[in-house]
Amino acid sequence: MAMRILSTMGRAMNAPGMVRIESAHVDGCLLHGKSGVTFAEKLVSMKGKVRVPTTLNVGAMDLNRPENVRLDSARGDLAVRLMNAYVAMGGKPTWTCAPYQAGFRPRVGAHVAWAESNAVVFANSVLGARTNRYGDFMDICCALTGYAPYSGMHRPEHRVATVLVDASPLPDTLWQDDAAFAVLGSWLGRSVGKDIAVIDGMPVDISEDRLKALGAAAASTGSVALFHIAGVTPEAPDVKTALGGNAPARVLTLTQERFDTQRDRMSTARGDRVDVVAVGSPHFSLDEFTHLIRFFGDRRSRIPFYACTGRHVLSALDQMGGVKRLEQIGVQLILDTCVVVTAVIPGSGGVLMTNSGKFAHYSPSLIRHDVVFGSLADCVESAVAGRVLRARRHSEPGA
Amino acid sequence: MKGRVLVAGEAEGPLLRLEKPLSFWGGVDADTGRVIAIRHPQQHQLLAGQIIALERSIGSSSGSSVLLELLDQGCGPLGIVLRHADEILALAALVAREIGIASIPVIQVSDSDFRQLPPVLHISVTGEISAAQ
Repeated sequence: MAMRILSTMGRAMNAPGMVRIESAHVDGCLLHGKSGVTFAEKLVSMKGKVRVPTTLNVGAMDLNRPENVRLDSARGDLAVRLMNAYVAMGGKPTWTCAPYQAGFRPRVGAHVAWAESNAVVFANSVLGARTNRYGDFMDICCALTGYAPYSGMHRPEHRVATVLVDASPLPDTLWQDDAAFAVLGSWLGRSVGKDIAVIDGMPVDISEDRLKALGAAAASTGSVALFHIAGVTPEAPDVKTALGGNAPARVLTLTQERFDTQRDRMSTARGDRVDVVAVGSPHFSLDEFTHLIRFFGDRRSRIPFYACTGRHVLSALDQMGGVKRLEQIGVQLILDTCVVVTAVIPGSGGVLMTNSGKFAHYSPSLIRHDVVFGSLADCVESAVAGRVLRARRHSEPGA
Repeated sequence: MKGRVLVAGEAEGPLLRLEKPLSFWGGVDADTGRVIAIRHPQQHQLLAGQIIALERSIGSSSGSSVLLELLDQGCGPLGIVLRHADEILALAALVAREIGIASIPVIQVSDSDFRQLPPVLHISVTGEISAAQ
C-alpha cells in the first residue's frame, strides 16, 4: 500500500523514479480526526515497519502531563492511539517539530523525507539536506519503503534561487531583535509563495534559532520549502552561486516600510490587552529557555505563559535548574505537542501574545485568539506587566 | 479542455474559485468544511458540494489530514482543480481511496484553462473538463 501510494504520487509529481532516503520525519502522528487513525492502524495491521531512522512530530497529547490537554476522553484516546500506531511502526517517540535540534541532523546533500513545514524548510535551507514538503501519509509511506519520488527539492536543478531579495535597505541593528527574523520570514512567505529566494544584505552571523524562526514563519504564510541567505546557508556561499549563475527572475527590495507593514500585519489585536503568552513554535531550544529565564530575572508572569518544547530539551533544562525556575516564574511547559495543534489554552476570544510567526499566523483560526506579535523580551515584559508592552522600534523617531 | 490527472475520479458540480491560496490546516475547519483562515477573502465559505479551483495550497503539510477528514465526514469538495501540482491535496484524495473513503478527482490545468473554467463543470476520469448544467 505504501509503495502504491508513493508510485501514484511520483507520477503526479512527474518523478522519473525513486531516490533512496536516509531518514524520515513524520507528521502523521498529530490527530486531525478518525480517518488518520484508520490509515495508521491499517498500516500497523499490515505489519508496516520503517526502513530508515524515523522521528515523530508533535502529537495532540502531552504524554508527560495529559492534564495539560483539554480534549474530551474520546478524542484524547484517539490522539494517543494515533501516536502509539506510529511508534508501533518503529518511529522514535521524539514528539517534536524541531527534530533538527534533537540530534537528528541529516548531512549536506542527504536525501530525506521530512514532513512538518518548518522542519522541511530547516532541513533544506539550514542543513542543506534534500526533502520535499512531505505531508501526512506521504511521510510514513517514504519511511516504510525507504524511498521518495525523485522530484522537486531532491533534484539539484530545482534548488537554485529564482528570486533575489535585497535586504540591504534595512539597518544592521534591526537584526539584533529576534522578532525581525519572524517578520522577515512572514514577509518572504507572502512575497515569494513557493519560489526559492536568496536573501542578500543581511549580517552573516545568524543563530540557528533565528534561522528556525525565519523558516517557520515563511512556511506558514507561503509554501516555502527552501530559502538561501548569502554567506549563511550551505548552498549560498554567495548570491551568484545561489542563483545557479542565472539572472534572477524577480528582484524584491525589502524596505523599512515593507518590513514595518508586515510587522503590523502579524498582530490582529490593537490596544494593550493580553490574556496569555505562548512561545515555542517551533519547539523552544535550550538556548531560547536560557534567554527566557534571563529576561524574567527575579520577576514572575502575571498571566498564563506557555512554553512548548520537546523531551530532548527537558533533561538538560532540568539539570540547569530551569524546570524549577520556570515553575516559579509561572511558565507552564508543554511537551510533545503545542498550544495551537491541540486544546491547551482555555476558552477563546482572548488575546495571545507570541514571538512566533507561526503562532501569530495560526492562532486566530485554530484557537480563536487574537494575536499580538512581539519579540521574546516584549513577551516577557508584557507577561510581567499583565498588559502589552513593546520596545520602541528602530524605525521610530528617537529609537 | 483536458487537465493532467493527479488523482483520477469523476465529479460534477458548481465551481468555487478560491481567490487566494489556502492552507487547509488552520484554514479549513475539519468538521464542517468551512474556510476559517481569517486573512483569506473567502473566510466562512463552505467547500462542500462544489468543485474547488485554487492556484495551490499553502502552509502546513497537515493539510492532507484535514482534507481526508473532510472527505470522511462528507463535507469536503466534490473535486479539486489546481493551477500547480499540489502534493498535499492530491495525497489526501489518494489515501481516501486506499482506506475505503469516497474519493475525489484532483486535476491540474494550464493557466488559460484555469481562467476559463465553466461555472458548472464535469470532470471525467481521464481529466476531461466540460461545462455541465
